[in-house]
Amino acid sequence: MVKITLGAINEVAGSSKNYKTGNWRTLKPIIDKEKCKKCWICYKFCPEGCIKKTDDGPVTDYDYCKGCGICANECPFKAIQMVMEER
Amino acid sequence: MTKITIRGNMATALGAKLSRPDVVPAYPITPSTLFPEKISEYIADGEMDAEMIRVESEHSAMSACIGASACGARVCTASASQGIALMSEMMFIAAGMRLPIVMAVGNRALAAPINIWCDHQDTISQRDTGWLQFYAEKNQEGLDLMIIAFKVCEDKRVLLPGMVGIDAFVLTHTIEAVDVPEQNLVDEFLPKYKPELYLDPNKPMTFGSFGTPEFYQEFKYAQVKAIEKASEVIDEVFAEFKKKFGREYKKIVPYKCEDADVIILTMGSMSGTARAAVNKMREEGKKVGCCKLTVYRPFPGKEIVDLTKNAKVIAVLDRDISPGFGGALYGEVAAQFINTSKHPLITNYIIGLGGRDVLIEDFEEIYDKSTDAVKKGRVEKPVEWIHLNQEVL
Repeated sequence: MVKITLGAINEVAGSSKNYKTGNWRTLKPIIDKEKCKKCWICYKFCPEGCIKKTDDGPVTDYDYCKGCGICANECPFKAIQMVMEER
Repeated sequence: MTKITIRGNMATALGAKLSRPDVVPAYPITPSTLFPEKISEYIADGEMDAEMIRVESEHSAMSACIGASACGARVCTASASQGIALMSEMMFIAAGMRLPIVMAVGNRALAAPINIWCDHQDTISQRDTGWLQFYAEKNQEGLDLMIIAFKVCEDKRVLLPGMVGIDAFVLTHTIEAVDVPEQNLVDEFLPKYKPELYLDPNKPMTFGSFGTPEFYQEFKYAQVKAIEKASEVIDEVFAEFKKKFGREYKKIVPYKCEDADVIILTMGSMSGTARAAVNKMREEGKKVGCCKLTVYRPFPGKEIVDLTKNAKVIAVLDRDISPGFGGALYGEVAAQFINTSKHPLITNYIIGLGGRDVLIEDFEEIYDKSTDAVKKGRVEKPVEWIHLNQEVL
């Protein structure tokens, strides 16, 4: 069992990675590869840095994507749709 | 031991100097300005080896205190009134991060209307920040309590910040004779602060990290347990201080209370006036005593009950006001008795706000009003304002 520490000290550096914020999401971005022109605007605008550049185009890291929708809003080709999250 | 005559601010600054802080971030404010001035002078004269940080506000002062303390430094600062109000946000953080910062306060009223004089509103309004609170009656206590505060706050069972209040002008700017403890004895009493964990670029870690609903309540509970534990630690440190320096401190100091029907409860500089008034009234055959509260947080509720339970009435004096309720101390004293079947009547007097003088005749009026309640067997008006000039209303 996790124990609380004095003054909320966390001795492990970079441990925020362990806290997967993806479950905050209500809307999920879906990238349409057909429409995507690999302009990387979504990659640049993502405030969480959770869109990865791949040869195949942008890939969302759903472990951390909070579903803010900025990528969908910024995409000039309307290649990203926000759909209701289903868990 | 040397005896010198100094103002209250110099006494708290000297108490700080003797405690050998590493860092002093401070923003001057009346009536505490002399404190950072004096620290700056000590450093410039080579009498003190500390880093003084000249900040741009009290919020920054407390932020710098937090950073320095998290790095493992012994830290102190000084402020008052509006300055403490501006610090408030960071004061909660200092306590939550369990950093033993010590602050000297020149207790002053809060605006509006703007007023620079004595009042306890500034620190009373911060009672829920999680800081320990000490109130001095005289300059000697201001000096001693600074050293004591460091020792209590840095105790591993406590690890919380604390403040020492001295009344604006009545103490901050008043010259009194003070015994100066020897540096080597203070060093023995208060060894170097060595926290187990501290911020270090070579070993990065997070201080005061995220507390989700799963854990926040437990963090607060642990913090509350620590301030409750401080009650015991304060007694130990007071005893050790007496052994080392000869001066005795108690969380609550009774005066002629054993057979008293009326017990007057005070904090700060008015406590001396209370004893003079008790002496005068005792000569007139009145069964009256008084109690001085030196420690307000942790609240010495049990001690108050033990000392006052046999009185007929407790007159609680508040140099503060919780608008829409009454005095803060009154509410807390009354709460201590709520689950006892038989207890004294409890009356509340709002007195000396914004630097109004507290006089012997005020205590006589308080005695008369309180005994009147005893005769009637009930308190008709629990919260009364002393010395209120109806003509200007």
